Amino acid sequence: MVGRLEVVGAAGCGTVVKVANPVGGTVSKPDQRRQVFTEGVRAVAPLLLAVVPFGLVLGVTAAGSLIGGGLGIATSWIIFAGAAQLATVQLFDTGANAAVVVITALVVNIRHLMYSAALAPHFREFPRRSRYLLPYLLTDQAFALSILRYETAHDPVSKRWFFLGAGLGLWVPWQIATIAGVVLGAQIPDSLGLGFAIPLVFLVLLIPVVQTRPGLVAAIVGGVIAVVAAGAPYGLGLVIGAVTGVGAGVAAEQVGRP
Amino acid sequence: MIMWLAVVVIGIGTYLTRLSFIGVFGDREIPAWMEQPLRYVAPAVLAAIVLPAVVRPEGAFELFPAANPRAFAAVIAAAVAYKWRNVSLVIVVGMGSLWLLDWLF
Repeated sequence: MVGRLEVVGAAGCGTVVKVANPVGGTVSKPDQRRQVFTEGVRAVAPLLLAVVPFGLVLGVTAAGSLIGGGLGIATSWIIFAGAAQLATVQLFDTGANAAVVVITALVVNIRHLMYSAALAPHFREFPRRSRYLLPYLLTDQAFALSILRYETAHDPVSKRWFFLGAGLGLWVPWQIATIAGVVLGAQIPDSLGLGFAIPLVFLVLLIPVVQTRPGLVAAIVGGVIAVVAAGAPYGLGLVIGAVTGVGAGVAAEQVGRP
Repeated sequence: MIMWLAVVVIGIGTYLTRLSFIGVFGDREIPAWMEQPLRYVAPAVLAAIVLPAVVRPEGAFELFPAANPRAFAAVIAAAVAYKWRNVSLVIVVGMGSLWLLDWLF
């Protein structure tokens, strides 16, 4: 099977017919799919060193907070986005309004728009079902590994199975780490102040994004305003800080331009 | 119940942002007016979560180590995060510093 004709694009609205997969004819064999899938799992494995402690912290803090262990575990398969899950646990625990929690978590996750836009040209060639199911597994890690891989892998079958490997390679340990954290957390007394682990994890995530001047400005303004506004009703302080911080980052970028 | 509902809404919303360009907007480029603010969402939101949790954990603004050991533990943890960027190490050092400061004061 060499150079297969594929119909791509949404049915009914300008369907595009193109020749795809000129080199990958043999890749669609089951054993080769398995090989690419395994490569995806292997690629994500080193990143688990950072992801597993993150999941443990999530489980431990959820178990010791208002949200509880059961819902804490559920966030891992319903939301499957660590930073948003941690923000959800922390905000509910500080008594924030549910609508504010939803808005905050969605703002934290808005970066997925960028990943989705970058992956769309590659996913276009996937079967419809994959195009709707695979995005569930789209994380920072799966994105970074896949977009790198797609520079050299050109056939849609390889692309699809690599993404599935990287995605599931993270999903399974994430679920296990959350459950393990909840089990552990149930035995740890509140007096140890383990809730402090949440800002500690965010601190690590913060370092790479403040390496540019506008990024640093966004962080300083966002943080300071959030501190000042921390007493705002419904837990709105975080949202106010975040919006101001984004505005400051954009402004700093304009000023910095020659 | 309201917390479960919120989590489900977050889950659906998150899935939709992931699906957005792949499933709906197709191959369109992300608009420039959207891309620029998106760059600063991560630093602004993360700092807005971290700083209040560290500087005024109980609602009051406290910077003295005796009243707020978290602020000092966070400074130590930030230095470690900057140097090594290792989640496990930062958690161990940060929690260790907090417990040590709690014990000292």
